[in-house]
Amino acid sequence: MKQDMITTDILIIGAGPTGLFAVFEAGLLKLKCHLIDALAQPGGQCSELYPKKPIYDIPGFPEVLAGDLVTNLMKQIEPFQPGFTLGERAETIEKLEDGSFVVATSKGTKHHAKIVAIAGGLGSFEPRKPAIKGIEYYEDKGLAYMIKDPEVYRDKRVVIAGGGDSALDWSIFLANVASEVTLVHRREEFRGALDSVDKVQDLVNAKKIRLITPAEILDVSGEDKVASVLLQHNDEAKRMEVIECDAFIPLFGLAPKLGPIGDWGLEIEKNAIKVDNTLDYQTNIPGIYAIGDVNTYPGKLKLILCGFHEATLMCQSAYQRIFPDKRYVMKYTTVGGINGFDGSRKEAEKAVVKKIGNN
Amino acid sequence: MTDVNITIIDREGVEHKVLAPTDMNMNLMEVCKAYELPVQAVCGGIAMCATCQCYVISGHDLGERNEDEQAMLWEAQNVKDNSRLGCQVPITEKLEGLVVELAPEE
Repeated sequence: MKQDMITTDILIIGAGPTGLFAVFEAGLLKLKCHLIDALAQPGGQCSELYPKKPIYDIPGFPEVLAGDLVTNLMKQIEPFQPGFTLGERAETIEKLEDGSFVVATSKGTKHHAKIVAIAGGLGSFEPRKPAIKGIEYYEDKGLAYMIKDPEVYRDKRVVIAGGGDSALDWSIFLANVASEVTLVHRREEFRGALDSVDKVQDLVNAKKIRLITPAEILDVSGEDKVASVLLQHNDEAKRMEVIECDAFIPLFGLAPKLGPIGDWGLEIEKNAIKVDNTLDYQTNIPGIYAIGDVNTYPGKLKLILCGFHEATLMCQSAYQRIFPDKRYVMKYTTVGGINGFDGSRKEAEKAVVKKIGNN
Repeated sequence: MTDVNITIIDREGVEHKVLAPTDMNMNLMEVCKAYELPVQAVCGGIAMCATCQCYVISGHDLGERNEDEQAMLWEAQNVKDNSRLGCQVPITEKLEGLVVELAPEE
């Protein structure tokens, strides 16, 4: 039964900075990792909420943009070839007789791992759905709340709704992919990075994006998939308009929910998972750890730098759990270098021992 | 040091009378967290999540919503005319006697 499953040593739930860094620390111990995240891209809050905002308390970085931090972490863990299941939420967990775990996602993907590390932040981000009756019917039938693969929209007619960064950024991106992009927002003002706002303005001027503001999508229709949306202009006449389209993408931001993890039998306190902070950040279920913003213990601080520390100790404990009879001491990367699973090797340049004489 | 008295009504209707310092560069969301009231503050205070949305019950004038707050409140749910994001309301002496109610969780 296990052949149709993704198999790994440590299954990390949540691909935010803490989960990503855990891959690095696990890699030093030659443990393989696979990450599950409900979002379509790695980085968690850093990518989804504030990629262009600076962070000032990452040790050694006087200032780093959240998005750049994620890019750097992805580069740092690349030699350890992590696997990703993105755009799927971890739903159920089952402990097998041998002490390993099977975790299944919302789309039925199964993962088998010796260790589970929950690095879920404040939970999975669930998209805010527009209040349209029966809208669920069209989910995955032309209606999407996040864009996983933009190629799906090649040469399609797309309607995007929303007024934030993701609505702006995807309108810009899809303007060159889709045959038609319509951007609808309740207000005339958009909130986003200045260059995104300017870019959308340029594309609107160039008639590559049709901008309809202030307006709201009231309904979706179509036989077996999205065929059109009903739009109401928020002007005095409240004029209605039907827009024929192949896809409707409301991007109204995301609201976090602890979600199904809350039902896994873990000890929960104030929406967070209780862990043993005197040792290894293990939960009340042996073999399941919780690291980063998702956990709680006396004195807990929800800081990225604390998550990095927790991830490091978790990996050492996971190693001991997987190999109870092996002796191991932590090795400094400066001393031991990095041996990637891809065969790559990074190491400190050796000093030379060479005579210097007077010729 | 000056503290102001603020009343925060939680989602069960329970009133919490708290003292909030005006000299610690704090905002209303942080005061809620300091008193362990059920405010998630997912985004940490950059007006990106609306989990600290509250309704101003007393007649206090908190000034105009700033642009970030306004934009977030266009997209959030359960928004009323007296909605504010706690993370965008700095604690000042003007807030003495303020009464707010936490908005429902989405």
